Amino acid sequence: MKFDMVLTTCPFCGTGCNFYLKVLGEKITDVLPCKTHPVSQGELCVLGRNAYKFIQNKNRLTKPLIKKGDDFIEVSWSEAYKQVADGLLEIKKNYGSDALGVLSSAKCTNEENYLIMKFTRGILGTNNLDHCARL
Amino acid sequence: MAGLAAAFGAGAMTNSIAEIDDTDCVLVIGSNTTGQHPLVASKIIRAKEKGAKLIVIDPRKIPLTEYADLFIQVKPGTNVALINGIIHILIEKGLIDEAFIRERTEGFEELKQKVKEYPAERVTEVTGISKEVLEKAALLYGQADKAMIFYAMGITQHTTGTDNVKSVANLAMVTGNIGRPSTGVNPLRGQNNVQGACDMGALPNVLTGYQPVSDPGARSLFREKWNLSLPDTPGLTLVEMMDSAREGSLKGMLVVGENPMMSDPDTQHVKESLEALDLLVVQDIFLTETAKLAHVVLPASSFAEKEGTFTNTDRRVQRVRKAIDPIGQSKPDWQIISELAREMGFTGFDFDSPEEIMKEISSVTSPYAGITYERLDKGEVLHWPCPDENHPGTPFLHEKEFPRGKGKFFALDYIPPDELPDSEYPYILSTGRIPFHFHGGSMTRKIDVLNQEVPTGYVNIHPEDAKKLGVAKKEWLKVSSRRGEISIQANISTEVKPGIVFIPMHFSECAVNTLTNRKFDAIAKIPGFKVCAVNIKKQDRKIQGSFQ
Repeated sequence: MKFDMVLTTCPFCGTGCNFYLKVLGEKITDVLPCKTHPVSQGELCVLGRNAYKFIQNKNRLTKPLIKKGDDFIEVSWSEAYKQVADGLLEIKKNYGSDALGVLSSAKCTNEENYLIMKFTRGILGTNNLDHCARL
Repeated sequence: MAGLAAAFGAGAMTNSIAEIDDTDCVLVIGSNTTGQHPLVASKIIRAKEKGAKLIVIDPRKIPLTEYADLFIQVKPGTNVALINGIIHILIEKGLIDEAFIRERTEGFEELKQKVKEYPAERVTEVTGISKEVLEKAALLYGQADKAMIFYAMGITQHTTGTDNVKSVANLAMVTGNIGRPSTGVNPLRGQNNVQGACDMGALPNVLTGYQPVSDPGARSLFREKWNLSLPDTPGLTLVEMMDSAREGSLKGMLVVGENPMMSDPDTQHVKESLEALDLLVVQDIFLTETAKLAHVVLPASSFAEKEGTFTNTDRRVQRVRKAIDPIGQSKPDWQIISELAREMGFTGFDFDSPEEIMKEISSVTSPYAGITYERLDKGEVLHWPCPDENHPGTPFLHEKEFPRGKGKFFALDYIPPDELPDSEYPYILSTGRIPFHFHGGSMTRKIDVLNQEVPTGYVNIHPEDAKKLGVAKKEWLKVSSRRGEISIQANISTEVKPGIVFIPMHFSECAVNTLTNRKFDAIAKIPGFKVCAVNIKKQDRKIQGSFQ
């Protein structure tokens, strides 16, 4: 059985404490503080301590969903991509780029924010791009 | 950040968290630090134990006040008047750094004239703070050799938020508390990667590293790298997008890992806006309140299922590492965006790993030019700017000069909050977070131990007001504003002053943003979450459950 300790950065506030995720098999079973980190210095707050507990929650989204009437139905990735791609391109064609807007995320990584930025400006062609920095 | 960018030319924490250890004075304004940044708070408390002075300015008697040498329980929305008053005293008492002002700043004469209009008598009238307390604050901060200011949404989430930030920048510069270790003006960011999202240009007006979209040179750098052309006029902010969606000019939105139905002001308005869209696509790890309104929902992977980096509040770039495979068919957001771009027929998104993406980021972003996975994985502590691979990073900014050249003082007038209490809505509502939950609650409300601590929302109300309303702890109240109303249980607390109530933002069953005001600061476009007028009535409803 796989056993691993993975050093990573806390997903909650902006302090940026580091901790280890303890992995047993395919399950994350604990969070352990990191002593050498200059800010957290072996401590964690109540949120950080519990940061592994939402990851494998039973309500995680596991499949793409498309709304039919009032309900969602599960679809394949290719079907979902097609619907999104067609929808975005059609709005761009009919109403122009600035009829589109994107909210990026303070939860996503730098690399993801960069790609979302590239996608919004380069492909959609709009600067209507923001995230919750103000909120 | 707009306030700091105007004063210094860069909007980020000027100093790093580790520098708290050696400071002589900490001034905390509008940050409930023990609750929102607990590990920063423990550093502040340790510095205090070693002899540093601590000043706390807040409308609420937050836990950090127990350690403070001076607690200033300011009336919400009156920070500019308060700080003008303190600067007035600093000048009178000769506690300013004249050499620093002469060599490093501009606009001091205008500031000096302006603060003359803020003698203690007037400041007391506006803020409710006595002359003695103002003088003590000026002495504690002004006599320290090295003083650090920390602030958070408590001063930015106002209709005058940009002025509040410029005010604290004035205070730091007038005393020369910037450009040295253990000093500075330090906004504590509330989300793990809000700094990074800004650095990466997830904003309507800038590309990565704050290069303006209106700058032809910046655009051509990206055009050459991407082989795609870029729009040149700044776009809409989040709150403006909601307005445009509602009036019909914005037709489609892609929302990645955000939950505006919980985190934006005036929930009813947000709902109507999102429902008016022809296409709403949401990428998230849970079916959030916002995702429920989407036409298409794409399942994303959490931080534990991917590689990458976050940039924390003190500009330090840190690694995120994959611990387990993506749950179900979920995918990391970088992969979803890459595949979607390819589906739309575009090239330039053929990345095999986040490390490859970081290489592209470094090539177009000078503050990140020296940041590599190799260095981070060796354990190097890298705060940007880090302009090349041999550069050690920059824990504190503005040592020799400011990005804009000289630091700029702003002569500011006190402007009352947009919405003040009146006979119809006689209470001031302030919103925020509590230690046991996070933001819109989509992650933390799925964690049992946290729900056991605080299972639902409540309104903090002063004992005098509770008596007036005839309400006891846990009894139900109807809180209403010009936007909407919620039912919520009372918590009698002296943390707030009479006439002021506080409601945490994490609970969708009593979502406080149903009440808040969309009206935003003219420059930073941050809504005034910290001050809006409400009415409170007792409700006849059975008490069930508890919150504490």
